[in-house]
Amino acid sequence: MIGLHHYLTVGAMLFVLSIAGIVINRKNLILLLMCIELMLLAVNTNFIAFSRYLGDETGQVFVFFILTVAAAEAAIGLAILVVLFRNRRSIAVQELNTLKG
Amino acid sequence: MLHSIVFYVFAGIMFLGALGVVFSRNPVHAVMFLVFTFFNAAILWLLAEAEFLAIVLVLVYVGAVMVLFLFVVMMLEVDVEAAKRGLTRYAPLGVGLALIMAFELINVIWLRGQMANVDSGFKPNPEGYSNTEALGAVLYTEHVYAFEIAAVILLLAIIAAITLTMRRRPGLKVQNIAKQVAVTAKDRIRVVKMDAEKKQ
Amino acid sequence: MYEYYLAIVLIPLAASIVAGLAGHKIGRAGAHWITIVGVGVSFLLSTIVLYNMFWGGYEAENLSVYTWAVTDGLHMEVGFLVDRLTALMMVVVTFVSFMVHIYTIGYMHDDPGYQRFFSYISLFTFSMLMLVMSNNFLQLFFGWEAVGLVSYLLIGFWYKRESAIFANLKAFLVNRVGDFGFILGISAVVMFTGSLDYAEVFGQAESIASQQLEVTGFSPWNAMTVVCILLFIGAMGKSAQAPLHVWLPDSMEGPTPISALIHAATMVTAGIFMVARMSPLYEFSTTALAVVIVIGALTAFFMGLLGIVQNDIKRVVAYSTLSQLGYMTVALGASAYSAAIFHLMTHAFFKALLFLAAGSVIIAMHHEQDIRKMGGIRKYMPITYWTALVGSLALIGFPGFSGFFSKDLLIEAVKESHWHGQGAVYWIAYLSVLLGVFVTALYSFRMFFLVFHGEERMSEEEKSHLHETPAVVWVPLVLLAIPSAIIGWFTVGPVLFEGYFGSAIFVDETRDVLAHLGETFWHDSLGLFTHSVVTPVFWLAAAGVFTAWFLYLKRPDIPDTIQKKAQGLYNLLDRKYYFDDLYIKGFAAGGRSFGKFLWQKGDELIIDGLLVNGTANMVGRLAGVIRHIQTGYLYTYAFAMIIGLTVLLGWLIWVR
Repeated sequence: MIGLHHYLTVGAMLFVLSIAGIVINRKNLILLLMCIELMLLAVNTNFIAFSRYLGDETGQVFVFFILTVAAAEAAIGLAILVVLFRNRRSIAVQELNTLKG
Repeated sequence: MLHSIVFYVFAGIMFLGALGVVFSRNPVHAVMFLVFTFFNAAILWLLAEAEFLAIVLVLVYVGAVMVLFLFVVMMLEVDVEAAKRGLTRYAPLGVGLALIMAFELINVIWLRGQMANVDSGFKPNPEGYSNTEALGAVLYTEHVYAFEIAAVILLLAIIAAITLTMRRRPGLKVQNIAKQVAVTAKDRIRVVKMDAEKKQ
Repeated sequence: MYEYYLAIVLIPLAASIVAGLAGHKIGRAGAHWITIVGVGVSFLLSTIVLYNMFWGGYEAENLSVYTWAVTDGLHMEVGFLVDRLTALMMVVVTFVSFMVHIYTIGYMHDDPGYQRFFSYISLFTFSMLMLVMSNNFLQLFFGWEAVGLVSYLLIGFWYKRESAIFANLKAFLVNRVGDFGFILGISAVVMFTGSLDYAEVFGQAESIASQQLEVTGFSPWNAMTVVCILLFIGAMGKSAQAPLHVWLPDSMEGPTPISALIHAATMVTAGIFMVARMSPLYEFSTTALAVVIVIGALTAFFMGLLGIVQNDIKRVVAYSTLSQLGYMTVALGASAYSAAIFHLMTHAFFKALLFLAAGSVIIAMHHEQDIRKMGGIRKYMPITYWTALVGSLALIGFPGFSGFFSKDLLIEAVKESHWHGQGAVYWIAYLSVLLGVFVTALYSFRMFFLVFHGEERMSEEEKSHLHETPAVVWVPLVLLAIPSAIIGWFTVGPVLFEGYFGSAIFVDETRDVLAHLGETFWHDSLGLFTHSVVTPVFWLAAAGVFTAWFLYLKRPDIPDTIQKKAQGLYNLLDRKYYFDDLYIKGFAAGGRSFGKFLWQKGDELIIDGLLVNGTANMVGRLAGVIRHIQTGYLYTYAFAMIIGLTVLLGWLIWVR
């Protein structure tokens, strides 16, 4: 039977993949954002699996809020991206090092 | 049995979709793969009997957020080739980190988890259980404050996004209604008294 | 009497404040009138108090005026303990102060700081009265420090003179040493009794004496000995006992009236008064009394010797003051407190007189103070001459004058103080006071002859200006000469032998030398007078006068010869036994170089250099290295987070 472990494994695979994605796609801001979305998906899957396993809806409520916040984050992140692109005509990460110490 | 087959199939497809997100060279393709991954995730959530969230994921997340991504990606003409250059330089680090993390997670899930329950699966939900109803019951009672705050956060996101991207172009011709309404005759006409000029 | 006491104390204070703060408004005359009237009223009221005590049969009063603070059961109060001892001191203080106020009109006539001076001396009167009238240790300490402050202000009165500034700083610092002991003594009293009030502390004297205190770590000391010696260190500072005497001769940099008032008649006797007041404590520690008597004896004799080589008219008197204070201290150490206070009183009169007479000479000589440039002034200044003669005779203890009664009986009391044993302590004390008489007579009359007799060594121009000083100067001289001459006749009996002080002074029966003298020796003043010719004291004094006459009038060439022959001895005396060198080059310079070491090595190098700036520099340098980690690239931070997450997870799984 498909149980908690299977879902956790799926979540772990997604998470690991998104970590690899963040490192590999380090130069592309949009892809970075997408990898973060993927990471959130992995986390949400875990939440749902635990919620189901424990028979407690609170986990799903968590997912609900994570989706809300992720949507807000995506909206603002993309807005920042647009503004950045408008100002610099580029979203290349290697040019963004004004925080250099 | 059917349940297991469906789970494995869609989990496998989702993993391929995720690989596509990470490794595609074109951002548009990447977004499309992401949408695909979300769809498969929604199916997995349905299998876990989280119907409401599965639907929300498809409708709200894929329908709105991903479309927003797609929109932005298409609007910004990203120099794809430049962005992809030097791709492999950090690949070993990424793969290494991912493997370590994978090892750790497997360690947690499979070696330290409760091995006895591995094959038992989820307990069936009681008769007449409605996921949406149950979720709503806790969301509007126990978590109502958090729910309100989530609403505020969304509002904040709207305002922030608009504020960030709005710009005033100089020389843009717009009407100022209030100013137009408030105008009086004095502002517009000046009566000048002068002697009549003689014809020459 | 309550209102009287308050008035006695507060009127001089009010006068001082008015003269000090509104000096320009009320003018010179206003300043001296208000302060003189203030001190005069204070003197009159004090006399009434004394009269009531003496003849009116009033009992001692101990009253609390105001509670300043109560902390942990310790009452800090302002209060008056007015008994016969206090009453006597009040009259002495206010009388001398009154005379000095009047005298100042003449002495400070041309000084721009006229009002300031009057304000200070009135403030001094207030402080001294607070000191003597106190009924608790805290107020005693207040008065003690207040008179010290005024003394400091007045020594440096001519604050543009380098030497005056040096002298007042020296006085202040040396007094700090004494005050340190004093405040430790008060603290010890509080520690053992939990009270500052005299009556309570004296009531617990026996319990203090029964306790032990670890001081050095070898063997425990008797607590009472510790308390008494600490308090006496305070008295040594204020009353200029060796080795804390060095400030007093230098304090002569101040104007002469305050030399008379503060550094001869009143303030420097505060230590004597304090020990007499604390007699119920000192009587429980023979060790402390032995310390007191030895210190006093050394001061009395060796400071007198220094007087012989001084050439500044005021310094001669100053060393004589030191010597006389030593006499009083010896009397304290012999448990003859009454004799000490009696000598204090007579000394206040004749020493103030001598100082004011010296001041009168100084005025006439236009602030020339070197006695080698004087001589033969007698015929120009007859009143000053005669009053100075009275003062000098009183000082050397010429039979019949006030100093005779006090000093003669003081020496008798020391001679009788066999309870110190027949060892070194007794003989040091007795021989010092005995030989001191000869020394006193020698330096007193050396100065007297050099100033008033002999050839006129001043310049012709100086001579033409020389004349008797105005009435405001010589009237106080005459008024002081009267008690200097005769007061001994009337007061010696009641004060010393007829129990005038009553319960104010406590003496253990086994050591009550004065009572012993009263039984065996004393008949009446006349008897003492006639008896004097057979005592060594008289002959020693006469020998001193004769030596002075012979050396300085008859054969003025001999002193120079002696000086050349005994160059080493002369240097020793001239350099004041090298005390000043020791203190200035030893303690002061040592302290300065130690301070400089701490400043340069401790503060600038270690604290500022290494700790404060060093920390900042190190943080700066470290940050300079570490900041290169901050690349500013987004992915660096993302990697850091991911690596951190991996490590954290690993730690959670395997390590924890």
